[in-house]
Amino acid sequence: MDLILLKNIRKTYYLGEVDLPVLMGVSMNVNRGELVALMGASGSGKSTLMNIIGCLDHPTSGDYWLDGHDVAGLTARERARLRNRMIGFVFQNFNLLPRTTALENVLMPMTYSKEGISEQQKKQRATEILRKVGLADRLSHQPSQLSGGEQQRVAIARALINRPQVLLADEPTGNLDSHTSEELLGMFQQLNSTDGLTIIIVTHDPDVAGHAQRIIHIMDGLIGDGSGTPKDGCIA
Amino acid sequence: MKWYGILKTALGALRRNVMRTMLTTLGIIIGVAAVITMMEIGNGATIAIQRTMTSIGANTLVIVPGAANTSGISYGIGTLMTLTPQDADAIIKECSAIGDVAPIVRARTQLVYGNRNWVPTYVYGTTLSFLKIRDWMDLHRGEAFTEHDVRNASKVCLIGQTIVKQLFGDETPIGKEVRVRNVAFKVIGVLREKGANMMGMDQDDILLAPWTTIKYRVVASSLAAANQSSTNTASTTEVNTLSKIYPEIQQNLYPVPSCTEQADSPMPIRFTTVDQILTAAQSAVQIPRAIEQITTVLRQRHHLRASDPNDFNIRDMTEITKAMSSTTELITKLLLCVAMISLVVGGIGIMNIMLVSVTERTREIGLRMAVGAEPGDIMRQFLTEAVVLCLLGGTLGILLGRSSSYIVTSVLHWPTAASVGAIVAAVVVSATVGVIFGFYPAWKASQLHPIEALRYE
Repeated sequence: MDLILLKNIRKTYYLGEVDLPVLMGVSMNVNRGELVALMGASGSGKSTLMNIIGCLDHPTSGDYWLDGHDVAGLTARERARLRNRMIGFVFQNFNLLPRTTALENVLMPMTYSKEGISEQQKKQRATEILRKVGLADRLSHQPSQLSGGEQQRVAIARALINRPQVLLADEPTGNLDSHTSEELLGMFQQLNSTDGLTIIIVTHDPDVAGHAQRIIHIMDGLIGDGSGTPKDGCIA
Repeated sequence: MKWYGILKTALGALRRNVMRTMLTTLGIIIGVAAVITMMEIGNGATIAIQRTMTSIGANTLVIVPGAANTSGISYGIGTLMTLTPQDADAIIKECSAIGDVAPIVRARTQLVYGNRNWVPTYVYGTTLSFLKIRDWMDLHRGEAFTEHDVRNASKVCLIGQTIVKQLFGDETPIGKEVRVRNVAFKVIGVLREKGANMMGMDQDDILLAPWTTIKYRVVASSLAAANQSSTNTASTTEVNTLSKIYPEIQQNLYPVPSCTEQADSPMPIRFTTVDQILTAAQSAVQIPRAIEQITTVLRQRHHLRASDPNDFNIRDMTEITKAMSSTTELITKLLLCVAMISLVVGGIGIMNIMLVSVTERTREIGLRMAVGAEPGDIMRQFLTEAVVLCLLGGTLGILLGRSSSYIVTSVLHWPTAASVGAIVAAVVVSATVGVIFGFYPAWKASQLHPIEALRYE
C-alpha cells in the first residue's frame, strides 16, 4: 500500500501581484519501506515538494494521502501533530539546539508528543536510539563538541525518537565530506533494510541519489525521468 | 505538553544564555527592589507621621456630658452630669476600636507651695491612661502615679514645667508637697515640656492627680458646683455674707423649674460622676467606628430610649485627622507612581530582550515546529520564559529591596516598616509584567511559519 500518495499537487506562491507557480501538478507515490531519492536542480521545486510531503506546508490544490489519511486540508495545528507522530526531519545544517547535550536534543521532540510515557522511559528510548546511530559515548556532548557527521547522526536520532512512518532528509550530506557522507548514506540504507523505515532523501547530487532504490526526478515543478521529459512519478 | 515539560524547556533555554538572562532579570530586580524599598521607606514615613499626629491627639475622642435643659433653656455642653467612671470602664471593655480610656475630673483652684502660689490652667484628676493617650509617658523626672494610687485616692501628683517654674523656681520639686485647696499633694513626677496647643493654651500649666483624689478630696461636691445652673440649690443654700448686705435683690438668672418640670426632666442621681472621658481610638482610621461603638454603649448604659437624644457628646479632632489622612494618601500615591514607573521600565526591558530572543532563536522555533510543536506550545514556552524571568527577578528584587531598606534604616536611621503587601504586590506585578510584556514576543514567535523560520539566517 502507498504510504505517501500525491495527486496533481499544485503550489503557487503569491508574491504581491506576481503569481509564482512552483509545483504544477505533481503526482507521485512512495511505498512503505522504500528508500526514495527526490532529485532535481535548485529551483526545480523539490524543496517545496518536500515541505508539502513533510506537512510543513499545504498545497494550493491537489490531494495528498499520508498513510491513508487525507492531509491536504489540515489546519496548522493538526499538521503539527501529524509531523510529531508521523514524520522525522533531517536537515542539511543539522539544526541542533546549541549548548544542549545530544541526549536533550534527541529528547526535544518528545516534549511535544501526546504519547503518555514517563521521563524515565523517554530517556531510555533516547539513549537506545543514540546507541543505534553509534553515539553511545556522546550522550552528554554538546553540538559544538561533535563533528559534522556526529551532529547529523544526533539529528537522525532526533528524527527517529517519535518512531515516525517516514524520514525526510533534506540534503543530509550537503555539509559533510564525501567519506562521512558515505557513512551516513550507509546508515540510511541500514535503517531502511533492517527497520523497514521509509526514507525520502532530497538531493541534487546524483551520487547521493544513487544510494536510493528509486529516484524521482523533478524539474520545473513537474515529475520527470531525468532525461528532460515529464512523466508520471507513480510506479505501478 | 505538560507544565513540567514547558518549565523544563524554558529553564533550559534560559540556562543556555546566562548572560542574557541575567541582564534581562536585572531590569525587574531593580524595579521590584525599588518598589519594595520605596514602599518600606514610605510605610515608615507614614508610621512616623501617624505617630507625630497621634502625639498631638489625632485619634483622641473626648466624651463630654450633654447639655442640661430646663423649660426650654439649655445650659450648654457639660452641664448634665451623666458620665461615670463606670462608663469609662464599660467603654474600654466593650468597644474594640478603643485603645485607651481615661476619665477626667476637673478643678480650677489655687496651688500653694511655701510662700508662692499659682492657679494652673488645668487641674486634672485622671488615671495613668491619660498620659498614654496624650503620648506623655516619658516623664521629665520622677515617676507617674499608679492604679493603686487611683484606688486609694493617694495625695500624689504630677506637675507640668510651667508650674515647676512658678512654684519651685530652681528647686527640685520631686518629693515636695504642694497644697491644693488645703489638701497637701506630694509631687512624684514632672512632666516633659509639651508647649502650647493649637489654640495657644499652655499645655505645661497642668497638675495631674488620681481622679479619685481630686474628686473626693478637692472638688467634693462637684455635682452641685458644676451643675449650679441646672439646679437651684447651689446658689441659695450656701451661706453668703454678701447676700445679707443685699438681702432681697438677688434674683435667679434662670427660672426656677417647678416640681412638675423637674419630674418631667429628671436629673439622674449618680453618686460619682466625671467631667469628661478622654479616649483614644486604636488608630485614626478607626475613629468613625469608635464613635459608633461608644454611642451604642453609652446609650445602653444610660437607659436612653430610641427617641431620646444623646445625653453626651463625642468630639473628635476632625481637622487633624483630615490633615493626616490627606498626607498619608499623598505619600501612598507618590510611591505608587514611582513603583509603577520602575516596573514598566523593567517590563519594557523584558519585552526588548524577549523580542531579540525570538529573532535570535527563529531557527530553533522553526525546528521545534517542524518536529511537532503547535503554535500554542511555542507561545507557552516563550511566555513561561518571560514569567520565570520576572519571578526570578521578583524574588531577587525582594531580597535586594529588603536588604537595602535594612541598610537605609541602619545607616541613615530612617524609619522603615516591612510591608507584606508590598512584597505580595511586587511578586504579583512582576509576574503580570512578565505575562503582558512577554505576550507580544511570544505571540510573534508562535505566528512564524515553520519553513521560513527554518530557513532564517
